[in-house]
Amino acid sequence: MDMNEIKEIFFQECEEQLAELESGLLKMNDGDRDPETVNAVFRAVHSIKGGAGAFGLDDLVAFAHVFETTLDCVRSNKLDPGPEVMKVMLKSADVLADLTNAARDGGSVDAARSSGLVKELEALANGEVPVAAAPVAAAPKPAAKAPAKAAAPAAPTDDSGFQPIPFTFDGFGEDGEPTIEASTFDVTFKPRRELYAKGNEAALLLRDLSRIGEMSIFCNMEDLPSLDDIDPEAAYFTWKIQIKTEKGEEGIRQVFEFAEWDCDLEVKLHETDTGAAAGEEPPMVPVPFDLSILDDTDEAHEDTEEHHVDATVSAAVEAAETASNVMKLAADSAKVEKKETPAAAAAAAAAAQNNAAAGQTIRVDLDRVDRLINLVGELVINQAMLSQSVIENDNNGASSINMGLEELQQLTREIQDSVMAIRAQPVKPVFQRMSRIVREVADMVGKTIRLVTEGENTEVDKTVIDKLAEPLTHMIRNAVDHGIETPEKRMAAGKNPEGTVKLTAKHRSGRIVIELVDDGAGINRERVRQKAIDNDLIAADANLTDEEIDNLIFMPGFSTADKISDISGRGVGMDVVKRSIQALGGRISISSRPGHGSTFTMSLPLTLAVLDGMVVTVAGQTLVVPLTAIVETLQPEAQNIHSFGSNQRLISIRNSFCPLVDVGRILNFRATQANPIEGVALLVESEGGGQRALMVDAIQGQRQVVIKSLEANYTHVPGIAAATILGDGRVALILDVDAVVAASRGQSLKQEMSLAV
Amino acid sequence: MSYAAKNLVQGNRELIAFRIGDQEFCVSIMSVREIRGWTPATPLPHTPSYMMGVINLRGAVLPIMDLSSRLGMKPVEPTARHVIIVAQVHSKVVGLLVDAVSDILTVTDEQIQPTPEISSDLEKQYARGILAIDKRMICLVELGALIVDTESEAA
Repeated sequence: MDMNEIKEIFFQECEEQLAELESGLLKMNDGDRDPETVNAVFRAVHSIKGGAGAFGLDDLVAFAHVFETTLDCVRSNKLDPGPEVMKVMLKSADVLADLTNAARDGGSVDAARSSGLVKELEALANGEVPVAAAPVAAAPKPAAKAPAKAAAPAAPTDDSGFQPIPFTFDGFGEDGEPTIEASTFDVTFKPRRELYAKGNEAALLLRDLSRIGEMSIFCNMEDLPSLDDIDPEAAYFTWKIQIKTEKGEEGIRQVFEFAEWDCDLEVKLHETDTGAAAGEEPPMVPVPFDLSILDDTDEAHEDTEEHHVDATVSAAVEAAETASNVMKLAADSAKVEKKETPAAAAAAAAAAQNNAAAGQTIRVDLDRVDRLINLVGELVINQAMLSQSVIENDNNGASSINMGLEELQQLTREIQDSVMAIRAQPVKPVFQRMSRIVREVADMVGKTIRLVTEGENTEVDKTVIDKLAEPLTHMIRNAVDHGIETPEKRMAAGKNPEGTVKLTAKHRSGRIVIELVDDGAGINRERVRQKAIDNDLIAADANLTDEEIDNLIFMPGFSTADKISDISGRGVGMDVVKRSIQALGGRISISSRPGHGSTFTMSLPLTLAVLDGMVVTVAGQTLVVPLTAIVETLQPEAQNIHSFGSNQRLISIRNSFCPLVDVGRILNFRATQANPIEGVALLVESEGGGQRALMVDAIQGQRQVVIKSLEANYTHVPGIAAATILGDGRVALILDVDAVVAASRGQSLKQEMSLAV
Repeated sequence: MSYAAKNLVQGNRELIAFRIGDQEFCVSIMSVREIRGWTPATPLPHTPSYMMGVINLRGAVLPIMDLSSRLGMKPVEPTARHVIIVAQVHSKVVGLLVDAVSDILTVTDEQIQPTPEISSDLEKQYARGILAIDKRMICLVELGALIVDTESEAA
């Protein structure tokens, strides 16, 4: 491995650290004062500084050092992280990110920006808290605590850039100065199998213990046998706990009162009793045990069905979890989430101790994953081809070949799912990037805006995430710049002068739905309409619904017009946004309430590689309709078909009427409408809302298909989302249901499809 | 150094000549990826009439263009004897339906005569020159002109 490769790894790690830094700072900005959060932030900056020092990236080291010093003041409670302080911190995080990128790509960062921030940071470190900061109530606390805390052994005053960061638990004595009675105990707790057999739960005991004092837990899993020898009902772990409590030995023993006979318990006073010895036991790497996990026990039980732990078998689960942690392959270890059941958490902690934590994720070149995904795609097609030819050549249909094929089909599908899961990642990084954009744009236009995010852990395919960033940035900028009014205007309208932009992600019927909501002024429809008339996009006397007017901002004509940004709605480049969302196989819609803000809703596929489809025949052609769009299928009967007007037809379904759309006609595959009674109707629901009955000639079956891009070699075809390759090797088109529905509605003004149904 | 590359260095060009009806055309060999027989294509809706649809080329979706129709002549009714020239134009790969591939020509730049003054825009657009070889007249086609056009028309 040469220097460049090592450097590349450093930068990759920097990215993670920067993300950690930003999320920590945002938490602190929201009032989180948890020492662990502050520590995480500090660690992130410190590791960047350390790495940068090794590579001689002096600019980065210099800035990180100042940043770190200031953060240390926060960490040691010398500086209260009030809003003004946090503003400087967040800006510093941005600059640190820029400096890191500059160091990687050889660019440079505006020196004035960083030197200005350095001054601000230094001022903060010297105790010059900005006037607006420091809430009155909080002010005396740091002052009183400062002397005691400043002497803490962990204070980094070292300039070398390298310094071990001991896992100190600054939380010790957080509720007040350490009291005289509080003393530190070393507790060794080794459950026996009887403990579990009687329905006790080690994690619950530990949780109870955590309530009587500050503690740190180490799990010794040396006794864990290999998987083959594991007795699922046995207990293998030993916990070593260091606890600082006022309750004394008696208090600790009380916690284990009911379990005392079923475990080996040893409680003794910590030798030095200074409370600072954590992490000095040579054979053990201390594992900070996330106590919040313990508090969530009951919810966690409910939340994760598959992890549901029955107390009597918790040892088994524990053992199994540990074993699986050790053996975990990249395939199913797409970032181990922190929220797991107690047993899993204990196992994870134990695994971490074994340095196995690092082995739980591996960094893989994206190209390799792509290649694998492509190969699996081919495998799926091949398997489908094979099945088809076997079915064609086999009359009795019960041969062993058929059974083998079925198994193969199942396996292929499982392989495909697991391979896809490798690429699945939470949308968190993109969302986090947005908070920076909100900050910067809001600063630029002099507004105060809060970004609220929800569902950051929603997972989507990496390619989707990557392509999401650009349109999202665009829309966030628009929301901040044009959507939300100035503080004065907001106050005049009786609103909170601080604007809110809310970004949420959630899964809905096999797709990810991302919503961007602002509480701004909403779209000024009169002006949008006027602009559209001026630009010849609509006729002057066109009668448009509010929804149609809102959708005008997606028209290409809108972006080229200058001075459009003073429209209180948006319009800058929204056609570009729409196109990039469409390129992803997604939809975007807008709803706006004047005076209350606008909502943009994007619905995107979870992956760009496969979809479940209904294979249908239309005018002699084979088409695939995405299963997610289909609500139900029905066989139209003559008495349910009603003519409406000149050439519209409606089908009555349970006393409601739904327009019939002939897919063959709308795709120009035939000149006249087919007789609905001879076909099948697919009841679909489109993103824009509203049901349509799509008429097809016949249904061939349901199949998972590999999505192949039409755009790669050709171009976007209206009404067609993509293509796929069927079992017989022929190409089938995948129907773009939303586009077809939109075209049938005639709502798409001058859009791609100007068709009559 | 490959054979083709060597020829290029010497100022020679290699061209693939093919027939559509009673006319002969040629394209640069550098843009041709392979030549294969006709397979039925899946038609695409709302596309120009010369777009025959798409076929499966080893897992990729390949659009097929009826070159005869594209060049303004009468559309072809493809049979098993027809040929698809798979050509790469910029980043896209496209199949061109022609009657038959006749030969590979090695020519120097001097052998390519400029297109005579004609009134038709379509011919002016794609014809990059004319070759006279063995009393045959072969028109050199610029593929880029055909493909870029497809895109803007369809978009």
